[in-house]
Amino acid sequence: MKLALGPLLYFWPREQVEHFYRKVADLPVDVVYLGETVCSKRRFLTRADWLRLAERLAEAGKEVYLSTLTLMESESELRTMRKLVGNGAYPVEANDMAAVSVAAEAGVPFVAGPHLHTYNQETLDLLASLGARRWVMPLELSAETLAQMQQRCPAGLETELFVYGRMPLAFSARCFTARNRDLPKDDCRLCCGDYPDGLPLGTQEGERFLTLNGIQTQSGRVCNLLTELPRIGKLGVDVLRISPDSRHSEAVIRAFHEVMTGEVSPEVAQQRLDETTGEIYCNGYWFGEPGMATVAGQ
Amino acid sequence: MTIESSKRVELVCPAGSLPALKAAVDCGADAVYMGFRDATNARNFPGLNFDEGSAAKGIEYAHQRGVKVLLALNTFPQPESWERGTRAVDQAAGLGVDALIMADPGLLRYAATRHPELRLHLSVQGSATSYEAINFYRRQFGVQRAVLPRVLSFSQVARLVANTEVEVEVFGFGSLCVMVEGRCALSSYATGESPNTCGACSPAKAVRWEEDTEGRRSRLNGVLIDSYKPGESAGYPVLCKGRFEVNGRVDYAIEEPTSLSLLDHLPELLKAGVKALKVEGRQRSPAYVRQVTTVMRSALDACLANPDNYTPQAAWTAQLDRVAEGSTHTLGALDRAWQ
Repeated sequence: MKLALGPLLYFWPREQVEHFYRKVADLPVDVVYLGETVCSKRRFLTRADWLRLAERLAEAGKEVYLSTLTLMESESELRTMRKLVGNGAYPVEANDMAAVSVAAEAGVPFVAGPHLHTYNQETLDLLASLGARRWVMPLELSAETLAQMQQRCPAGLETELFVYGRMPLAFSARCFTARNRDLPKDDCRLCCGDYPDGLPLGTQEGERFLTLNGIQTQSGRVCNLLTELPRIGKLGVDVLRISPDSRHSEAVIRAFHEVMTGEVSPEVAQQRLDETTGEIYCNGYWFGEPGMATVAGQ
Repeated sequence: MTIESSKRVELVCPAGSLPALKAAVDCGADAVYMGFRDATNARNFPGLNFDEGSAAKGIEYAHQRGVKVLLALNTFPQPESWERGTRAVDQAAGLGVDALIMADPGLLRYAATRHPELRLHLSVQGSATSYEAINFYRRQFGVQRAVLPRVLSFSQVARLVANTEVEVEVFGFGSLCVMVEGRCALSSYATGESPNTCGACSPAKAVRWEEDTEGRRSRLNGVLIDSYKPGESAGYPVLCKGRFEVNGRVDYAIEEPTSLSLLDHLPELLKAGVKALKVEGRQRSPAYVRQVTTVMRSALDACLANPDNYTPQAAWTAQLDRVAEGSTHTLGALDRAWQ
């Protein structure tokens, strides 16, 4: 199994992004996804900047993918996506069928991202025939469904699973961060940049329910499948995805890595992680329950 | 005029039941859309939809009156429900529907291969928001129409239409999805069931109402969606239309209870080259379908007859607002200010 760092979902200043990936170069992750997947107005880093980061990470031995925008509405967004797919050096993570289409036509290998609709084996077959080398399971599917998908996964198609982070659950034309700040999206003043880990949305009873991240809505709780790693391994998963955050990514990467290499038991690693992060975790989807649920493993 | 108009822009109305289907047909729909009574469609609600027998009756009723019938098979079957999905495609083909409305790439491929004569529409659940995505479904599966997610502005719709030979259908009236359809798992996060997996959003079985001297509270699988003071009118707890706390402020953080209505903007849609106008609401009553179909038929005919001087009648707006969620309406993403 390989460990992957998913695309950065938040909007950080350029220096913070560069600092973050400088550190990632030395961390035990095998795969790194780079690029802006949420909002095309987030442009602190240019395409050249991302490519430079990609080069640095590739030199550090990482397998690098460039991730495409998930919700594409305008011509300029399509243009950006086409340039990204045609970068000539790195394969891409396609997060929309438009990107799948462009990659397939250009013969560029791609990862079928978590927001494509990959719910059955026939869709896996289709994606593989178009040039997918890996698929990321949609967030809301369970271990049981994964097991069934794996029974007839096309040869050569790797399986990636989202194992840690706030889950990107929904996308909209509307920017909810700007809405909260009473700003129109066309004059958002890039206010999502004020929330390096998203803006918490709570119920009127104070329960953290969701996280607003611009046009994206994430889970309030952090998905964590660390203690499920033994079962995940048995299901033949090839790649584990950790979603970056501003505070704990290094500790999380190390925790998963130590369990994968057998240095530390899942339970001990989890205990340490609890102490470091203080997060409320969820894993419901994995067990076929509501995603926000926390189910005790076997 | 009506017959010629119908050729130019189709009015597509919801049929959650046989009485609703008849209401839509009688009130001037050019096409109705329905689903089977199970999780193969995105309105999988108790007491709704059609079995094979009632579907056949509905199709006969519509076809005798020159109205098309579209069948929604727009959830995403998983390995264990795959066979139900393919069976539904076969059933629909056997019933003689005029088109299937589908979202799942695997199932689209099955339909295109097994029933090449069957007309395919890409459901809004397919999340195709660009001509590049829509043309992909055209090339792969021969899709002839795409229903647009409610995320594009008027100018984006026009540009999309200009860049594809696929007919474009947009939502004209009904409950408003705030998120990109097909890319929203909020409901399964809270309840375990989503439109993609089960054909349900904020399902009724997860809803609980509490009432005491302080008022009423609505919950979805325990999560407080909204609370109402005594006497305050309360709506169905759709997850994204509740009042939540963000940055110390309790408000409709995602969206208010409101409906989408393009009644005032039909000329822009016609000019953009939209080929069909959809009314949402298979879960609504036959009375709703009657009301909305009647108004939209009148409005569409008036607009087609004289687009440059089209003004919606005040009575139309009032009639639609009466049946609208929250008794109010919005243009949604078509209006950039909404975004």
